[in-house]
Amino acid sequence: MSTTTVAHHDEHADHPTGIMRWLTTTNHKDIGTMYLTFSLIMFLVGGCMILGIRAELFKPGLQLMNPDFFNQLIGVHALIMIFAALMPAATGFANWMIPLQIGAPDMALPRLNNWGFWLLPPSAILLTLPFTLALFGIGDGALATGWTFYPPLSVQGGIGVDFAIFAVHLLGISSVLGSINIIVTLFNMRAPGMTLMKMPLFAWGWLITAFLLIATIPVLAGAVTMLLTDRHFGTHFFDAAGGGDPIMFQHLFWFFGHPEVYILLLPVWGFIPQILQTFSRKPVYGYKAQVYSFWAIGALAVVVWAHHFFTAGLPVPALLYFMYSTMAISLPLAVLFFCWIKTMWKGSMSFETPMLFTVGWIILFGIGGLTGLVLADVAADAQYHNSYFVVAHFHYTLFAGGIMGIMAGVYYWLPKMTGHMYNEKLGKTHFWLTAISFNMTFIPQFFLGLAGMPRRIPDYALQFAEFNMISSISAFVLGLSQLLFVYIIITCIRGGKKATDQVWEGAEGLEWTLSSPPPYHSFAEQPVIK
Amino acid sequence: MVCSFHVYTMEIKANDNDTSPDQQRKLANKKLGFKLLWIVAGSIAFSIALVPLYNVLCTLTGLNGKTKTTASEISNTKVDESRWVTVQFTSNVMPGLGWNFHPKQSSIRLHPGQIQTVLFEAKNITSQVVAGQAVPSVSPGVASIYFKKIECFCFVRQELQPGETKLMPLRFFVSPDLPSDVSEMTLSYAFFSADKQ
Repeated sequence: MSTTTVAHHDEHADHPTGIMRWLTTTNHKDIGTMYLTFSLIMFLVGGCMILGIRAELFKPGLQLMNPDFFNQLIGVHALIMIFAALMPAATGFANWMIPLQIGAPDMALPRLNNWGFWLLPPSAILLTLPFTLALFGIGDGALATGWTFYPPLSVQGGIGVDFAIFAVHLLGISSVLGSINIIVTLFNMRAPGMTLMKMPLFAWGWLITAFLLIATIPVLAGAVTMLLTDRHFGTHFFDAAGGGDPIMFQHLFWFFGHPEVYILLLPVWGFIPQILQTFSRKPVYGYKAQVYSFWAIGALAVVVWAHHFFTAGLPVPALLYFMYSTMAISLPLAVLFFCWIKTMWKGSMSFETPMLFTVGWIILFGIGGLTGLVLADVAADAQYHNSYFVVAHFHYTLFAGGIMGIMAGVYYWLPKMTGHMYNEKLGKTHFWLTAISFNMTFIPQFFLGLAGMPRRIPDYALQFAEFNMISSISAFVLGLSQLLFVYIIITCIRGGKKATDQVWEGAEGLEWTLSSPPPYHSFAEQPVIK
Repeated sequence: MVCSFHVYTMEIKANDNDTSPDQQRKLANKKLGFKLLWIVAGSIAFSIALVPLYNVLCTLTGLNGKTKTTASEISNTKVDESRWVTVQFTSNVMPGLGWNFHPKQSSIRLHPGQIQTVLFEAKNITSQVVAGQAVPSVSPGVASIYFKKIECFCFVRQELQPGETKLMPLRFFVSPDLPSDVSEMTLSYAFFSADKQ
């Protein structure tokens, strides 16, 4: 892949300045920056919530909060981390990098793009407002059902549930708009000569993600709307007394909820090979195999949902089907792992911060995947369901596999986006602090789960005290380490060593042919790919 | 009106041909964007269609343990005396209903095809007239379609006077078609408040 022309007209901004620039912008880089900033802020907000929970769990007994508030923190933490931190981060990268990687001047539908972003802050406010309202005696706080909204609890819950339902509606519209935009961009805006099978893997990961999003988010929206009518308009979708079935909600929810896991991870799987290629100074191994694995995982994602409620009383044939189909996902995933490792194999590797995060990511995400196989086993799941084992498992996939992957991407592209190198020493320190404290937080939770500690409970039996104490202390180290991350990003935006156009010695792809930072309008003349 | 609309679309088409590639691409982007909205509409429709689909699937297969809400006919089923089936009974009173409710016997053994009557006792412990509706569920779910009720208090709303105790009968049989690997099943009743709030 090579480029013949690189457009360089760095005209000075025919855009408004100040706040109006950000409110009205349709520029993909500006919108990408807003998504990433929003994501970082919400990551800290969601982090503070979970530190409240870890503080409560530091010792057995109830010290800091009543159980109701505890439940609210847990549910809102999950919703914020998933919908307001991880998903916007991936969308932010998509906005920034997809046009640069495929040689497009901008996203295909720029106005839609602006709208997609500006739906996010109101929905974050909707999610967290009930906390504030409760301080003034209005309502009884945010939703306390956990992020899964299971009825009958969510039908009986207070106004927090309604706020969360409307927040999910807004978030859903935002992601659907973002996804449509990305699909159209990838189909219509590629540079001449860039066929689908020449697209960078990041673009491929996002293409599958976007299709999963527009196919499953509406199902979630439908399910929570039914919940809303059950709560206020006398319907009985999920009310057994009226002929409905609460288990049906679980089917609807997880029909969205399981693909959601891959929605969060596919963009990361997309750029991880690019980072590996850069720092191993070798081409990506098994490009086609990875693309086909993306397809396979995307297809399997929508037919395995019931493994999230094996214990709800499904018949044996259904249990067996969902067990086998879930385990089948590990096959394409193993192909990906193999390709990642083979890309590094015998490469001339160097370990700058993005590479450290990526290699750590492969190991930790691998642990997340393997513990998932344990939970996919129907017989074993009967013991581990709703225990801390599950909590540890999905934090290995979503914190390590999701957020640490995103961090790798941040360090990888930050010099390109800002034009400055970040402080490498601090970056490495951030990696080691994060990786060690993350493991120290969640390894004890595997043991707690095996010993039978249930999740979502503010108090626990005495025999769980030591592991919880280790987990809580490490969680605070993990949380405070992220302040270093914020510091590194801010100092990098404000100055630092000038980044070259290529930034990394082994970096390949269209985005590295542009200046660092790229001009406000790039690829006005599309490059031709041979 | 129709005519002018026709002219208008003609104009757009005519313009299409002269527009720059840039504008043509914009139009193509919009078109594809709207096409993708059909997928969104399709999956909204799918989520709504799942409700009846789920219910039909469950009625056909009994997957969620729901039994029929109307009486089964007593066909001349043969009693299969070579087999025994144990049926256990449990009960729940849901929040909002001021009743005590429990089965008079925790389990019985019977042959498939044999008609049996069991009793449940309900007591209104409030000082008002209260109505309730019982919702049955059979576990394992696959056995639920073989559990045939001839007469059940769960077919209709039940009303109890303040302090009244009532014995509620259930006449049923287990179909001899019951798969041979099922030898035990549990019938659970959840009594919900049926008063209009």
